[in-house]
Amino acid sequence: MTDIQHLPPAAGVPAPTTSPRKGDIAVAGQWTLFWLKFKKHRLALVSLFVVLFLYLVAAFADFIAPLDPNATNATFTYAPPTPIGLFIDGSFAPHVEGLSMTLNQDSMRREFAVDPENPVRIGLFVPSQPYRLLGFIPMQTKLFGALEPGPRSAVYLFGADRLGRDIFSRVVHGAKISLSIGLVGVFLSLVLGVVIGGISGFFGGTVDLVIQRFIEFLRSIPTIPLWMGLAAAIPVGWPPIQTYFVITLIVSLIGWTSLAREVRGKFLSLRNEDFVVAARLDGMSEIGIILKHLVPSFMSHIIATLTLAIPTMILAETALSFLGIGLQPPIISWGVLLQEAQNIRAVSQAPWLLFTPAAAIVIAVLSLNFLGDGLRDAADPYESHS
Amino acid sequence: MILFILKRLLFVIPTLFAVSIVAFAIIQLPPGDYLTTLMADWASQGGAVEAGTVAAMRERYGLDQPIYVQYYKWMAGILTRGDFGISFELGQPVTNLIWNRLGFSFLLAFLTLCFVWALAIPIGILSAVRQYSITDYSATFMAFFFLAVPDFVLALVAMYVWSTYFGQSVGGLFSAQYIDAPWSWGKFLDFVNHVWLPVFVIGIGSLAALVRIMRANLLDELSKPYVTTARAKGMSEFELLIRYPVRLALNPLISTLGWILPAVISGEIIVSVVMSLPTTGPLLLRALLAQDMYLAGTLILLISVLTVIGTLISDILLAIADPRIRYQ
Amino acid sequence: MTGPADKELLLQVKDLRTHFPTRTGVVKAVDGVSFDLHRGETLCVVGESGSGKSVTARSILQIVDRPGRIVGGSMNLTRPDGTVTDIASLDPRGRQIRAIRGREIAMIFQEPMSSLSPIHRVGEQMGEMLRIHFGTPKPERRRRVIELLNHVEIPRAETAIDRYTFEFSGGMRQRVMIAMALACNPNMLIADEPTTALDVTTQAEILALIKKLQAEHGMAVMFITHDMGVVAEIADQVLVMYHGKVKERGPVRQIFHAPQDEYTRMLIGSVLKLEKKAEIRERRAPVAEDAPPLLDVRNLTMTFDGGLKAVDDVGLVIRPGETLGIVGESGSGKTTMGRCLLRVYEPSGGRIDYRRADGSVVDIAAADKKTLKSLRRDIRMIFQDPVNSLNPRKTVAQIIGEPLALSGMGRKERDARVADLMAQVGLEPAWRERYPHAFSGGQRQRIGIARAIAVKPRLIVADEATSALDVSLRSQMLDLLLQLQDELDLAYIFISHDISVIRYICDRVAVMYRGRIVETGPTEEVTRNPRHDYTRALLSAIPHPDPDDRRLQHRFRYAGASES
Repeated sequence: MTDIQHLPPAAGVPAPTTSPRKGDIAVAGQWTLFWLKFKKHRLALVSLFVVLFLYLVAAFADFIAPLDPNATNATFTYAPPTPIGLFIDGSFAPHVEGLSMTLNQDSMRREFAVDPENPVRIGLFVPSQPYRLLGFIPMQTKLFGALEPGPRSAVYLFGADRLGRDIFSRVVHGAKISLSIGLVGVFLSLVLGVVIGGISGFFGGTVDLVIQRFIEFLRSIPTIPLWMGLAAAIPVGWPPIQTYFVITLIVSLIGWTSLAREVRGKFLSLRNEDFVVAARLDGMSEIGIILKHLVPSFMSHIIATLTLAIPTMILAETALSFLGIGLQPPIISWGVLLQEAQNIRAVSQAPWLLFTPAAAIVIAVLSLNFLGDGLRDAADPYESHS
Repeated sequence: MILFILKRLLFVIPTLFAVSIVAFAIIQLPPGDYLTTLMADWASQGGAVEAGTVAAMRERYGLDQPIYVQYYKWMAGILTRGDFGISFELGQPVTNLIWNRLGFSFLLAFLTLCFVWALAIPIGILSAVRQYSITDYSATFMAFFFLAVPDFVLALVAMYVWSTYFGQSVGGLFSAQYIDAPWSWGKFLDFVNHVWLPVFVIGIGSLAALVRIMRANLLDELSKPYVTTARAKGMSEFELLIRYPVRLALNPLISTLGWILPAVISGEIIVSVVMSLPTTGPLLLRALLAQDMYLAGTLILLISVLTVIGTLISDILLAIADPRIRYQ
Repeated sequence: MTGPADKELLLQVKDLRTHFPTRTGVVKAVDGVSFDLHRGETLCVVGESGSGKSVTARSILQIVDRPGRIVGGSMNLTRPDGTVTDIASLDPRGRQIRAIRGREIAMIFQEPMSSLSPIHRVGEQMGEMLRIHFGTPKPERRRRVIELLNHVEIPRAETAIDRYTFEFSGGMRQRVMIAMALACNPNMLIADEPTTALDVTTQAEILALIKKLQAEHGMAVMFITHDMGVVAEIADQVLVMYHGKVKERGPVRQIFHAPQDEYTRMLIGSVLKLEKKAEIRERRAPVAEDAPPLLDVRNLTMTFDGGLKAVDDVGLVIRPGETLGIVGESGSGKTTMGRCLLRVYEPSGGRIDYRRADGSVVDIAAADKKTLKSLRRDIRMIFQDPVNSLNPRKTVAQIIGEPLALSGMGRKERDARVADLMAQVGLEPAWRERYPHAFSGGQRQRIGIARAIAVKPRLIVADEATSALDVSLRSQMLDLLLQLQDELDLAYIFISHDISVIRYICDRVAVMYRGRIVETGPTEEVTRNPRHDYTRALLSAIPHPDPDDRRLQHRFRYAGASES
């Protein structure tokens, strides 16, 4: 029956009449169409900007964070967030409220109160200790900070932790590790997934069968116990950078399987498409077909799948670090920050320990998911939904 | 149908074998073994250990033998005697430690699955039938939101809210007075009172995912020609919806059990650590950190085996529900 | 045949309008359609794709897919009790319209496979009709369903009732649909392209069945189709539609023999044009029979992995400049055979001897990679599907230029050649930077043709090259192919299920059936005096676009062709 299935219009919806096609759409390539379709997805578009913003924050963390994320300050143990004010006595003077600390003799806890008498003036582009932006640009300026730095002029936008470290600075610095783990992990997944999925889809037959069974098997193992087992195997004494890469490797261990399936599926369905057969008959080599016809055809799908894989990896790193078998201090990641929130008593005294890193995670994952969803919807601009 | 089940069963055997190897490989991965950890502990406490003692202990636990011999002995013990080895740290046979906790783990997983399915289907249907309505948008947004919140964070938030605003501690599956008590009506009520929160926390992520899937499936089915056929028969819209598209949209949902189950198990483990539930989670974490290899290995093995069996059941359910698979 | 005057009026449609609001504006799918339908009468609604014929049919039952909506007009239905109801005024979800659907007006669809649920047994789906409208109890329902299955001549109805749709062949599925539609003895049957997805022999069976049942039940039938042959075969009245409007309406003889409307004339003209050999071929001298063959295929066999023998001991000869037709129904192996000739599929046995321009002969089946590459420049292919055969991510210039680039032609020379080729197949060379999505189906097929002739081939395998096109475009495309044949001295192997297309352009024809060639000969001879029984059955099953020459009732049936 395949011989004639395209003959009549699909019943029901009227076939679009040969509408006059605009000249610019007529010469629009796949990425132009992709962008046109993606743009219609408002939430995804907004998410794209949020994601870009987050990665910018991560890249320029040293500049944005006002304080050294590892600098302790015993005076401000569990200091609460300090709100920003813009005016003092009617004149423009950006500041945060000062804090006065008293020691509660009964509970032996420090209690903080807003001290309206001693506002801490803040400003943009304040001088700081020298550091290297992006690791190589020497800088002595921070985006913002106290105008008169001193041990008592604390700018804790999101509060401080058990050692008086600034949560805001720590979350900003944590973005570096947490967001990059997603990227590096996705890159590893991409290599594994495309190579293995490509082999599976291109050769087919027994090779395909073995690889598919292996993938099915990997996916049937609950991830957390597997990750826990693998992560726990990392020796405690390893240098942070090595741990970082092994953890990335572990979280991408599962991620590549969905990508491999996607690539394989596309390979299988495209391999027998008429336009691929036509290219073969035109005298194109197999490698030429893969590079010039197959890869461009599923590139957009891969980008969408990769985007959707990043949040899974961020969540995985967070979970492992939280359990204490992932990244360890002094590395700062959002998962490591949440370790501080493990103790529910600490959380009830300083809820910002939990909510600040949690909000960062949720915003990052949410926007990446929306973005990925939008990309996936736009991935095949030739599929008509009208 | 019987042939189909037999075929699936046959495929399960190599899978289980592979699972056992992975479980064993994982516990062998860390450099050194439990004795190394033990010695490090002793050394840090200032004690010195004689080489002879260590060798003797190695021999006793079979740690001096090649890995494949250790694996063979471990498997042989499991298959012939139901002996999973001993926990070095707790000095007890693994079997004594795990069954109770495994039981609770899977009870929790089962309850979570029920919760997820019972809610995901109606919400998914509503979302698809009223596409682009307020209901649909809010369901979609909630789904995305809960997919973005890690389950342990949700657990922490729940505990924070309870302790701060209700002055109650949440944690465990029973109140203190019932933990060792025999089962009774009171204990059951207490259990229900405790269990709903972990079930909610573990399940909400999967629920969100499932709502999305159910919605997409149903939207797909709603545009199929057989819906028009049924409408042309004079069937009422509601009967039509339930009898055809919803019924067909459920099939792919059944196959999601294959990955929802591992996800729920994973969630259960990490949430249990946070909420200190008497399940496998905390035990596994402790065993892994202490390199208590047989205990950790057994837990990973059994969790995976039960997941494989769960997936098998979902495959069989799918074959029952969908003749196209059965007749392949 | 009785005229409409002495029949009772069943349905009177006046100024029906159904619109589809879309982002870019309102699509007026049905735009002021009026017609009458009388009891016992067959009304054929005919039109090309996008004419709104199917939406008209669905509007009657108010089952137009969203976002379609009836925005005006009336549809007065005479009920069994003699009262008249305007269907257009009923709530599409209400009880009243539901009592009409299935009970008074039943409908069957084009794709019986997807129009039935794949996971419910057919008996269950059929029985529902009885349950909904009569509340028939279960055992009674089963008895009645078996009766209905017997009625539509489904073998072993007692077991068939418990089967699933995928266990039936296409024709049997459509019989199930028909049986279901008849369950409540409706006054009217709407058939929406019910035979389009079927082979001609099966189509003939289904048409005969509908005719028979119509006579028995005294139903009115509204038959939607694009096939003028079917119209001529079964219609009493005809409604010609174009872009949502009625172009002409009248008795079938008038439409065929004295069409009033311009569009109708064009439509009938393009159909009748394909009833005989192309004019430019009538004038050409026949290809010399003793010329050395361009392609000599012997004992070609191709077995798929599953053991299915798709091509079975096929032998063919094509001479230079000749067009050889391969005709057969789905599953006959004609497409597989065509692909074997170019080694898209690897033949499992036989020889394909090709005579090069210099007179040397190579066996394609045994050619090595390098030889094959050069052979594939001599022998080219045109595909059926104008959408799938062009990579949507490449511009027209890239698509047509691909074989040129791969044969080492420089960029500048290539640009000029692409422009020439586009002009040659009737495309504006200025469109070279456009992508396939900017072209209509017919234009896309021209791009495919340009790609095929780009490297100056000597033989082209055209696989159902015109099947995806509307009938009015079909003869244009065939004329283009014939013109190119004369200009470039091409030989064609033209694969098609459509005998009229074969008759139009082929010098000789080979009839394929279940992987074998059952008959070969000059096209005239085979179509006039078929020797093999299968060919006879195939030819007699083809509806003829002449209402005075209805032959399906007297068609020849081939014993081997019956469906299981």
